[in-house]
Amino acid sequence: MTVTASPNPTPGAPLLAVDDLHVEFRPRGRTVHAVNGLSYELREGETLAILGESGSGKSVSAQAVLGLLDSPPAFITKGEVRFRGTNLLALPERRRRTYRGAKIAMIFQDALSALNPVHRVGDQVAEMLRVHRGLGRSAARERAVELLDRVRIPSAAARAGDYPHQFSGGMRQRVMIAMALALDPDVLIADEPTTALDVTVQAQIMRLLAELQDELSMGLILITHDLAVVADVADRIVVMYAGRAVEEAYVEDLYARPAHPYTEGLLASVPRVDRRSAALIPIPGSPPSLAAIPPGCPFHPRCPRARGRERCATEVPELRTVAERDEAARRSACHYAEEVLPDAVRTS
Amino acid sequence: MWRYAVRRVLQMVPVLLGTTLFIYVLVFALPGDPIRALAGEKPLPDSVYQALRDHYHLDDPLLVQYGRYVFGVLFRGDFGETFNGQSVGQLIADSWTVTAQLAATAWLFELVVGMSLGVWAGLSAARRGGRGGGTRRGGFADAAVLGGTTVAIAIPSFVLAYSAQLVFGLKLGWFPTAGTDAGWPMSYLLPGMVVAAAELGYVARLTRTSLVENMRADYVRTAVSKGLPRHRVVVRHTLRNSLIPVVTYLGTQIGYFMAGSIIVEGIFNLPGIGHEIWLALQIKEGPTIVGIVTFLVLVYLFANLVVDLLYGVLDPRIRYD
Repeated sequence: MTVTASPNPTPGAPLLAVDDLHVEFRPRGRTVHAVNGLSYELREGETLAILGESGSGKSVSAQAVLGLLDSPPAFITKGEVRFRGTNLLALPERRRRTYRGAKIAMIFQDALSALNPVHRVGDQVAEMLRVHRGLGRSAARERAVELLDRVRIPSAAARAGDYPHQFSGGMRQRVMIAMALALDPDVLIADEPTTALDVTVQAQIMRLLAELQDELSMGLILITHDLAVVADVADRIVVMYAGRAVEEAYVEDLYARPAHPYTEGLLASVPRVDRRSAALIPIPGSPPSLAAIPPGCPFHPRCPRARGRERCATEVPELRTVAERDEAARRSACHYAEEVLPDAVRTS
Repeated sequence: MWRYAVRRVLQMVPVLLGTTLFIYVLVFALPGDPIRALAGEKPLPDSVYQALRDHYHLDDPLLVQYGRYVFGVLFRGDFGETFNGQSVGQLIADSWTVTAQLAATAWLFELVVGMSLGVWAGLSAARRGGRGGGTRRGGFADAAVLGGTTVAIAIPSFVLAYSAQLVFGLKLGWFPTAGTDAGWPMSYLLPGMVVAAAELGYVARLTRTSLVENMRADYVRTAVSKGLPRHRVVVRHTLRNSLIPVVTYLGTQIGYFMAGSIIVEGIFNLPGIGHEIWLALQIKEGPTIVGIVTFLVLVYLFANLVVDLLYGVLDPRIRYD
C-alpha cells in the first residue's frame, strides 16, 4: 500500500509536537496546575503511549492539543502545540476547528457517554463527512456504512440506523473509532480507549486500533494508565507524573531499564505471572495534589533515591537525554538518572 | 407502542372514576341547600321545592346519586343538567373553545418565550461556566432571565391581570380589555400573556438548567472534537438533548392551562370553562362542577398520554413495554 503523505508546510517538522505545555485550572480563585511543561513529539506512523496515573495530566494535555478545554476554567498559560510546524494554539478558533476531526481526531474512554444518545450512529459518523467534506445525505450515509464495516461492525448497513444504547460496549467503541477515522486524520488520540471494556474486548479493540494505524499510517497517541496495554502496541512511551514528563523511552528500553525512579516503581508494582512468589511492591504515598505540587522534583517525597538528597527537594530536574539511541530516544527527568539506569538491568 | 397506549387508556378508567367520585363527594358536602339558594329571597312553595329536589334526585343517598350519574355519562353520554335545565354537555361544548383558545395562546407564549429565554440564559451561563464545570453563574442574560422570572413567578396572576388591562388595554389601547369580541388572537393575547407569565418562568429555568447540564456532557465534547461549528454543536448536539425534559413539562402544561385559568377568565370576562365553573360553584350546582371537572381530568390524562408517547420519539432510549 502506498501512502501519500499530506504536504508538510515545514519540512522536517515532526507530525505533532507538544512543547513546554502548561495548563492551569482556576475554579473559584484556586489554581490547579494540571500540566506543567509537558513536551513530546509524535512522528509519522508512530504509536506514542502517554502513561500516567489519574491526575497526572495525561487527558488534560490531550484535550489541550485538540482545544477541547473550556476556558474558563482551564487556561493554557504557556507552550505550543505544533501540527506539522503550525502552532495550533496561535490559530483563531475558526481555523483551528478545521484541524479537529480532519487532521487530529480523538476517541474517548466511555463510548456510551461520548456518543450522542439521540442520534443514530450512522448519522453521527456521516456528520463528519457532511460538515467537513460537504457530502450529500446519501453519499455520507454510504460512506459511514463503509467506515462502520471497516471497524468490523457486523451487518453495518443495518446497524447504522441503531442508536448508541443498542450496541455493546466494544461495538460502541468501534463506532467511535469509525467516526474518528472518517476524515483520514493524520493523528489519532485515544484517551483510555479500553478502560471501560472487559479484558477480551480490550484486546480486540487494541488489535483493531493497531491494524488501522498500520493501514492508514497515522500517528497514534495512546493515553493509558495500563502498562500491559502499552507493552503490546506502543513504539515509544512518555511517562507522566504531576503534569510533567518524567521519562521518555522506547518501549523495550523502558521495560528493560527504566531511567526514572517513578517508572521503576511502576514496573515493580505490576503483578507478573512469571514472578508468582514475589509480593507486589507498591509505590509509597500517593500522587501530589495538583494544587500543591512539592517543590523540586515532584516525585521526591515518594522517591527511595531522594532520601537525604537536598537537590531533589529544591531543584526541578530537567527532562534530559540520558542515553543515546537516536535523538530524543531516552530522556529522564531525574537528577540521578544515571544511578537508576545501571541498577535497573532486570535480574529476572 | 400501541399496546402501551391502549393500556394507558384503560388505566384512565379507575383514575377517572376516582376523581369524579371525589369531586361528587366534595360538592355533596358543600354547606347550604342549592334549591333554596336558587330561589333567592322569595320563599319557594313546598310543592315546587320538593318537585325540584325529586327532579335532581337530591334526596337519594350519595352513592345512588353517584351511580346514576356515572351510568348516565357512560351509557347515554349525559353529563346531567344544570338547575336551569341546560345540558351540562352542551355547556361544556359551548365554553370549551374559549378556554382552548386561551390555553393555546398561553401555551404558545410559554413555549416560544420561555424556551427562548432559557436558551439565551443557558448559553450565557455555559459560556461563562465552561463545559468542564466551574461556576454556574452566567453573564448578563443569565442574571436578567433569572431575576425576571423570579419576579414573574412571585406576582399573583390577578395583580398581573389588572395591571395588564390597565397598561396595555386602557392606557396604551393595544389590546381589548375584556370579552371575546375581537376574536382570536386579539382578544386572547393579553389574558394569554397573564396566564403564561408565571409558568413561562419555570420553562425558562428548566431550559436553562438542562442546557447548562448538557453542555458538560461527554457527547458535547465529542461534537467539538469532531470539528463541528459552534451552532451545530449547540443546536444539534446540546439543545436536542436539553429539550427532552422541557417538552415533557410543556405537555403537562396543556392540561394545566385548560383548568388553571379560572381567575383570568373571570377578570377578562371570557365565557370559558373556568368562568362556568366559577358560576356553578357560587350556586352549588353539582352536576356542572362534576361534569366540567370530569372533562378537565380527561383532557389532562390525554395530554399526559401524548407527552409520554412523544417522549419516546424524542429519546430513543425510552421503550414502551
